[in-house]
Amino acid sequence: MADVKYTEEHEWIEMDGDIGTVGISDFAQEQLGDVVFVEVPDVGKKFTKGEEAAVVESVKAASEVYAPVDGEIVEANTDLVDEPERVNADARGEGWFFKIQLKDETQLDDLMDEEAYLAYVADL
Amino acid sequence: MADDLQTITGHRGLVMEEPLIFEQDAPGRTAVDLPEPPDVADRLGSAVREGPIGLPGLSEPQVIRHYLRLSQKNFSIDAGMYPLGSCTMKHNPRINEKLARLPGLAGIHPLQPQSTVQGAFELMAVTAEWLTTLTGMAGVAMSPAAGAHGELTGLMTIRAALEAAGNARKRVLVPESAHGTNPASAHMCGYSVESIPADERGRVDLAAFKENLTDDVAAIMITNPNTCGLFENEIIQIAEAAHAVGAYVYCDGANFNAIVGRVRPGDLGIDCMHLNLHKTFSTPHGGGGPGAGPVVLSEALMPFAPLPYVIREGEGFRLVEHAEDGDGAPYGRMKGFHGQFGVFVRALAYMMSMGADGLRQASSDAVLNANYLLARLSDLLTLPFPGPCMHEVLFDDHFLHGTGVTTLDFAKAMIDEGFHPMTMYFPLVVHGALLMEPTETESKETLDQFIMTIRSLAERARDGEVDHFKQAPRLTPWRRLDETTAARSPVLRWRPDLPQAAE
Repeated sequence: MADVKYTEEHEWIEMDGDIGTVGISDFAQEQLGDVVFVEVPDVGKKFTKGEEAAVVESVKAASEVYAPVDGEIVEANTDLVDEPERVNADARGEGWFFKIQLKDETQLDDLMDEEAYLAYVADL
Repeated sequence: MADDLQTITGHRGLVMEEPLIFEQDAPGRTAVDLPEPPDVADRLGSAVREGPIGLPGLSEPQVIRHYLRLSQKNFSIDAGMYPLGSCTMKHNPRINEKLARLPGLAGIHPLQPQSTVQGAFELMAVTAEWLTTLTGMAGVAMSPAAGAHGELTGLMTIRAALEAAGNARKRVLVPESAHGTNPASAHMCGYSVESIPADERGRVDLAAFKENLTDDVAAIMITNPNTCGLFENEIIQIAEAAHAVGAYVYCDGANFNAIVGRVRPGDLGIDCMHLNLHKTFSTPHGGGGPGAGPVVLSEALMPFAPLPYVIREGEGFRLVEHAEDGDGAPYGRMKGFHGQFGVFVRALAYMMSMGADGLRQASSDAVLNANYLLARLSDLLTLPFPGPCMHEVLFDDHFLHGTGVTTLDFAKAMIDEGFHPMTMYFPLVVHGALLMEPTETESKETLDQFIMTIRSLAERARDGEVDHFKQAPRLTPWRRLDETTAARSPVLRWRPDLPQAAE
């Protein structure tokens, strides 16, 4: 099982080497409702932790997807632009937003593991 | 149920089924009969039209019926209660319309010589004086066309003032309890936006605000009363802290209708605020007419106000349209011509017919009506923040938990009962928000009927009548729309080759 971490803003990041795949949690997609628009960042763009990296819009609301860590975008899931419903169908898999090369892997230590995240959303 | 009755025509009693105007095209049919043009040489050259332009052919009675039938399917403030939070859908007194149609006001042209429109300039100057008096501010930029345009104008004025002082700064702080357009305006003006959380009382978290307040902050954009319908009672401390680091305080004035005649924003330390004339000062909006978003400014920001503006000069008035003709340092112009003049006429008619005492009474009644809803509904619905509220009352969806009914379903069921739904899912600070603004112009009888409806729906949800909600609305010309498909694959334009819309 790969190492998955979560932010309080409902992003997940799954590590493979020094590359993290980022998406929004199942809880987040359920709260948003049907996703109708997604904007993903350009490859090569650099973000610091907490910066707005992508946009997700549903029939209810528009929200930002924040970079969970500092790093550079190495791949973006442009399929989501044409098929935003993937975010609802498979938030933790095919609905990923971007892959980011981490600058400082110790930043992952500040994030929640799955168990802590599920406890966190249970309180919301 | 009446909703199951099928008719041969598709008409349902007084509600007529109506195809698009293009689908009624009968080539050659027309409402006018013009003589054949004289035979002259064509001088259009390459600009000559190559094919038909695609306007449908209809007779005059067909056109009249088409638009009347469409209007009968529309909900409007003239038809019923429209409690859309933060949008202030209230009655527009007809005296406003009567005055706006006076030929001397309705028939003037923005390029007329200034000497022939002195009365119009006086009207703009007097409107400006009412607005600055009510807000306790030094001056006003009249030209912005609507609320969000006013926000952009305000931010650009702040930016111009900061640039003149040598540093435009980088950040704008926007509380979660502010209006949704605020971050967009700050971003458009080149600032990075930082969100300030709300505290457990639904107001700006003062400690979090102070923590984020550094000398690279250009402004805070606050909405007061905020979008939870609550007065930001620490506004003076917030303004003092902002001013101490050289930042400006922008106030979103969309909710000014709650405090007119009670509070002057200038006394709270606000530097800049837009006024939605089309909300607070009762002019038609939301498809019924244009908005107008004049921006009142403090002494510090006045020199940077955009062009054009009217000044008194001797016995008359002069329009300043170029920087060199005035004393200030304007950054330019925000709109063609002189602003929404027709809205100024209506707003001034409203203010003068109400008088200062009437305006104060109106804001007090707006707050009273919202608190009446709060008092009569809060045992069945759930309040995220304790009252009393200002001009609008915010409920969350806790009362629907476990019922299978969502805020959206609840809103759709209100349509069958003849009410326009309240604002839903906004503000985001609470879960499944229902934001209701009754306004001062609804009678107690209407409010009681509304309360009875909401209570009855809340009880039906609680009693497990999920189907009633999931199928709503059932009595409207069109039943529930597929919002997801509409957003994912919108069909924005009719073409002859498009398949007919599915039933």
